[in-house]
Amino acid sequence: MADKIATRESYGNALVACAEDFPNMVVLDADLAGATKTGTFKKAYPDRHIDCGIAECNMTGIAAGLATCGKIPFVSSFAMFAAGRNFEQVRNAIGYPHLNVKIGATHAGITVGEDGATHQCNEDIALMRTIPGMTVIVPSDDIEAKAAVRAALEMNGPVYLRFGRAAVPVINDKPGYKFEIGKGVLLREGTDVTIVATGICVDSALNAAEMLAADGISAEVINIHTIKPLDEDIVVNSAKKTGKVVTVEEHSVIGGLGSAVCDALSAKYPVPVKKLGMQDVFGESGSASQLVEKYKLDGKGVYEDVKAFVK
Amino acid sequence: MENLELRKKANEVRKGIVTAVHAAKAGHPGGSLSAADMFTFLYFEEMNIDPKNPKMEGRDRFVLSKGHTAPGLYSVLANRGYFPVEDLTTLRKLGSYLQGHPCMQETPGVDMSSGSLGQGISAAVGMALAGKLDNKDYRVYTLLGDGEIQEGQVWEAAMFAGARNLDNLVVIVDNNGLQIDGKIEDVCSPYPIDKKFEAFNFNVINIDGHDFDQIRNAMNNARACKGKPTAIIMKTVKGKGVSFMENSAGWHGKAPNDEEYATAMADLAAIDAQLKEGK
Repeated sequence: MADKIATRESYGNALVACAEDFPNMVVLDADLAGATKTGTFKKAYPDRHIDCGIAECNMTGIAAGLATCGKIPFVSSFAMFAAGRNFEQVRNAIGYPHLNVKIGATHAGITVGEDGATHQCNEDIALMRTIPGMTVIVPSDDIEAKAAVRAALEMNGPVYLRFGRAAVPVINDKPGYKFEIGKGVLLREGTDVTIVATGICVDSALNAAEMLAADGISAEVINIHTIKPLDEDIVVNSAKKTGKVVTVEEHSVIGGLGSAVCDALSAKYPVPVKKLGMQDVFGESGSASQLVEKYKLDGKGVYEDVKAFVK
Repeated sequence: MENLELRKKANEVRKGIVTAVHAAKAGHPGGSLSAADMFTFLYFEEMNIDPKNPKMEGRDRFVLSKGHTAPGLYSVLANRGYFPVEDLTTLRKLGSYLQGHPCMQETPGVDMSSGSLGQGISAAVGMALAGKLDNKDYRVYTLLGDGEIQEGQVWEAAMFAGARNLDNLVVIVDNNGLQIDGKIEDVCSPYPIDKKFEAFNFNVINIDGHDFDQIRNAMNNARACKGKPTAIIMKTVKGKGVSFMENSAGWHGKAPNDEEYATAMADLAAIDAQLKEGK
């Protein structure tokens, strides 16, 4: 397994890697270029990096204006601001006119760590997926994050990309890995329960499946990197096989992956679902690993909750 | 175009506004009428546009940041030939391409969807920035309400435009002095408006927004100014041209009934008669 890398790093690297192929791409930041890693792009392409200062709403509107003139802007900030503070700007200035703006939101979820609850956005997936025409992608590792940035550039229309602050293991370095927007990835086959995970929780789900196997429980693991449009088929087909579904996300259980999966299952193949994630609470200060453990989003936490659910 | 011709066009634009809002039984006549002369000057004289080719490469852009005055924009677009004037009566109706607030995907000639106050100016700034990045010489115009500038995002955008020296941008503030809850200075005073924009590194021009000479001079001044965006603060009369709507906050977002509509159109017909005599 390769070294750990934060998906925000992957984001910055991917922007540089895509720059020559997409000459109309420009990158906007709001005084966080060092943290969102667009600083990597700024260094390589200073003329195509626009620091808007600490004014995210204006940055979002600027991106909309740029897009009407043929640019492909990446709006970069922490998820709390990119989706939270900006919700209405994203909805009205980007979503409603369906402009070709990509939103690169870093520092999502509780793995922001020490900064605490004000900066730990556990609501962004819910906010973004309610906007008509918005594509919502949550990559699970370096490889997927880079592929997602390129795929977002290749499609026309608004895309919300969610990246994390903390370094995470590389899990998609398998032969034959292919990233396609809207297509879930079956990572492990199983028969007793389906674990549907997104982002950094995909790794936790794989670890949990390993532990469950030792207890004689066969868990199927699906990586849903695109929350919207959701790959309903892969979820429904797995539910038909296992009859039980657990969702895992570094996000509120209200409105995120769990809700999207329930939307699909309730309409097409209702089965019992257990939603793991932030249980309608704010986060707090602590190291990323401490928080993931406390809120039971690590392999052990997922293992325990899945085991209790399956019994 | 001669001032007299512009005034005639502006009166036609006003008739379109009143007719559209009356037909819709809703909408915002007051701020549409106060800006009618500016709409007319922009679309009949100032901007490099082609109604036959609304998305013309290199055209000047306009963003109606005070998007609720869509009737004003629609009326000038119709009168300029983007779409039939008769269609103005479909305003706000189900299935119409004339939505309650501007929608760039529906309406020919609308460069940006808008309506949530404070946001249009940012999009205009983005368009101006794109022009600079691409070394193109198109200009970008955006119209804001004087109540709208209470929105903080306006000043984020102004700070960016001033700091980036976007001299291809003209921000127009329609200072008709009234917002929904009353006089702007009583609700939450944005005065002095000119000094605020000056502090944000703007070239600021105060004018009478119903005087075409002053509008023309301001636009020429803006074009000549290098290194700074321009803010044109225009004093206007809310509801201008319709006697009972003038200077009345109550006509911000209200449609005339049939009787009021007849009176309004008679007012505008009287103006027509004066203009025909060259007055």
